[in-house]
Amino acid sequence: MLSMFFAPETKEAAKAAAGAAAPVVEKAAAAAPKLPPLETAHNWALPTEASTFARSTDNLYLFIVALDVFFFVLVIGAMVYFMWKYKRRSEDQKTSSITHNGKIEFLWSAIPAVLLVVIFAWAEIDYLKQTTPPADAINIRVVGRQWFWTVEYPDNPGVSLTSNVDEPQLTMIVPKGRPVRLTMTSEDVLHSFYIPAFRIKKDVVPGRYTTLWFEATTVGEFNIFCAEYCGDRHSSMTGVIKVLEPEMYEAALKEASKLEAKPGEAPAEFGRRIYTRRGCNACHTLDGAPATGPSWKALYGRQETMADGSSLTVDDNYITESILRPQAKIVAGFTGAQMPSYQGQLDQKQIAALIEFIKTQK
Amino acid sequence: MATAHTPATEHAREPSFYEGKTGFKNWFITLDHKRLGMMYLVGTMVFFLVGGIAALTLRTELLTPEQDLVSATTFNKLFTVHGAVMVFLVIIPAVPAALGNFLLPLMLGVKDVAFPRLNLLSFWVYCFGACFFLFTLFAGGLDTGWTFYTPYSTTTGTAMLSATAGAFILGFSSILTGVNFIVTVHKMRAPGLTWNRLPLFVWAIYSTAVIQILATPVLAITLLLLIVERTLNIGIFDPAMGGDPVLYQHFFWFYSHPAVYIMILPGFGIISELIAVHSRKHIFGYKAIALSSIAIAIISFLVWGHHMFVSGQSELAGVVFSFLTFAVAVPTAIKVFSWVATLYKGSIEFNTPMLYALAFLFTFSIGGLTGIFLGSLSVDVHLHDTYFVVAHFHYVMMGGTIIAFIGGIHHWWGKMTGRMFNEAHAKWGVLLVFIGFNMTFFNQFVIGQQGMPRRYATYVPQFQQQHVLSTIGSYILGVGLLWTAIYLLRSLRSGPQAPDNPYGGASLEWQTQSPPIEHNFHGQPVADTDPYNFPQIDRSGGMDAH
Repeated sequence: MLSMFFAPETKEAAKAAAGAAAPVVEKAAAAAPKLPPLETAHNWALPTEASTFARSTDNLYLFIVALDVFFFVLVIGAMVYFMWKYKRRSEDQKTSSITHNGKIEFLWSAIPAVLLVVIFAWAEIDYLKQTTPPADAINIRVVGRQWFWTVEYPDNPGVSLTSNVDEPQLTMIVPKGRPVRLTMTSEDVLHSFYIPAFRIKKDVVPGRYTTLWFEATTVGEFNIFCAEYCGDRHSSMTGVIKVLEPEMYEAALKEASKLEAKPGEAPAEFGRRIYTRRGCNACHTLDGAPATGPSWKALYGRQETMADGSSLTVDDNYITESILRPQAKIVAGFTGAQMPSYQGQLDQKQIAALIEFIKTQK
Repeated sequence: MATAHTPATEHAREPSFYEGKTGFKNWFITLDHKRLGMMYLVGTMVFFLVGGIAALTLRTELLTPEQDLVSATTFNKLFTVHGAVMVFLVIIPAVPAALGNFLLPLMLGVKDVAFPRLNLLSFWVYCFGACFFLFTLFAGGLDTGWTFYTPYSTTTGTAMLSATAGAFILGFSSILTGVNFIVTVHKMRAPGLTWNRLPLFVWAIYSTAVIQILATPVLAITLLLLIVERTLNIGIFDPAMGGDPVLYQHFFWFYSHPAVYIMILPGFGIISELIAVHSRKHIFGYKAIALSSIAIAIISFLVWGHHMFVSGQSELAGVVFSFLTFAVAVPTAIKVFSWVATLYKGSIEFNTPMLYALAFLFTFSIGGLTGIFLGSLSVDVHLHDTYFVVAHFHYVMMGGTIIAFIGGIHHWWGKMTGRMFNEAHAKWGVLLVFIGFNMTFFNQFVIGQQGMPRRYATYVPQFQQQHVLSTIGSYILGVGLLWTAIYLLRSLRSGPQAPDNPYGGASLEWQTQSPPIEHNFHGQPVADTDPYNFPQIDRSGGMDAH
């Protein structure tokens, strides 16, 4: 849950860092719902327009709606009128001998053709804008994995955010009014990075980089969805993007990505936070049910049979090795292929806390 | 009648093709296109039930935002089964293989298709492919979606090989049927039945056959490459082995977009027949409708990339494919306008087949018009892979092809079975299907535009209201279809004897008895005018030149 993670850490830090602007963060954090909001005014509306593309896309959308309604009423109206007017009233009712009419047929081919070319051109111009990021855009890297997003900020080394399959949480922070370019790739299967409020979407493809750019116009929190089917927990591969006033951006970024023990926090509790924050829970359950990886229930100290037939006892060394070099020793019955290395992603303190957390899972 | 054929009534009734050689063995090796058509009909309807049960289970899970009825894995398997079965085992073979087989030689006034043995082979290849699908179901199912996108499909632990092998084999059935129909239309027409006098159903089946033989081999090769990659670890599509997953999408849609027209063109053919016969009017713009089928068949090969606007294909490709996609919309619009114009100054009978045809005009218009959103690049970026797409293709595939198919079944039911169904019962069926269908899918445009992605087992709670409405709609649709199956099956036992020509049709299939004799016609029928020349047409002002 967003508020659980976001407060109190960020709230206090943001207050300290940004002074007067702090109430915005505080309000957002307090109002953070259990699940990401559906950003619409009412049940039938389009989502909130929160990027510079949104208005233009919606204008075209509504233009097509208007045209569609016009043609639908025209065609179905004519149909209903003819149904009423030319209903069979007697068995020998005569019918017209018309078989075709060149003029009408030309008109109803040419008029739609012209309208379609207009729509094509309009959509194409908008699309080309969407594919051309400005040179001064902030760079953000996005990595899709089954089933979480990792977001890194090359301009702010060490800053990294991860989505969570069990509870939506802060996945990306961007400033309002600045162009942002996402460079995206996948470490396993196809995913698709989709923010409905921004009207942007692009597939995230293993083995290549795809890019996406936007400029947020509204402060707030918005859904991130995975839109390309990616297996079991595809529908849980969601996240939250937070748009902030530019002056609060850097501080919030730093604070949000900080993952260290709070004063007086037990290592196992800190480990639990890492478990959800770093996406371990996408593949490792706590209830004993095997998922993509082995469950952590009663894992520590267990005698495990490896894929190569050998056996070992799960201890600190094995867990550390599995975090840093996941494919080194794989438990029988699992492929191990999906697990990424956390070398450079988790430090010794964090790994130690994770081990403490695993120990408490009896 | 305007068409001067030997009326069947001059002959004493003869045993129909059902009588005579009965028993399993005689059906097993039958070369009769009518028996094969009926067997295809039974086969596709069995799988329609399977796909339908999967759909209703999905909809039930989607009543709540949480995952509660089935596990996420089961949900994924269900939508895969639903999609794959409905596409490969129901919609693709339903109209061409079932109705097409039965009607094509009758409409052409000939004894059978050009290659009856090939036709039998095609049927058994269909059954063989279907067995692979059944095996997949019992071997734990498949969870890739009907599109088999790589690299998920190269890595999933589910029964991938049997499913792709099944689709591969079914492709051959499709190709063989296509070849057979093309040759039949070219070489086996009754005297006087010129190309300009072919019923539009024949034109539609002919255009479909052209796509079948040109596009299906590409699917076969693609699936074969997928199987090779999975079994021999040769990297073609999987980047982990040096392959390219976007290449797979190009290959897949190079077949599967034309396949959309394999699915809808035969439906267009049915609608042309239904609207003309039940309004006793000459079809408006015969040439435009016939040629637009051919135009669609050709352009359909050049638009596959519109499934890939956000896939990472080049921007230029996106622009070109978008333009060509709009080009395919024009011939489709021409058809819809021509059907409505056919009603003008007609004599419209509101019987069940006609009600389905009118329902088709309503639902297919929505399906077609919403396609404009998805062909527009910038709008598609937002709508791609959301429920908007789900709603759009169900409006085209279900609201188009399946509605047309059910209408066609009713229209030719007397001809095929020799029995008439109960009109009053059937009208309740139309009502339930029409309301249920629109209630299920119209909402999905709304949640799609709001950003609800497809293939989601769980969802944001705010979408629940619309999902509940959808699910209730799907139950109504299910009841309507079940009701339809019940009264149709009941008519086989207790329905009144069907007249030879219950609706006053002027094409050749109505010139023989219902059900037809084994060799279709008593003598060689002759076509001396076109098939929409109804006696009720008022020729006092002279027939419009055609």
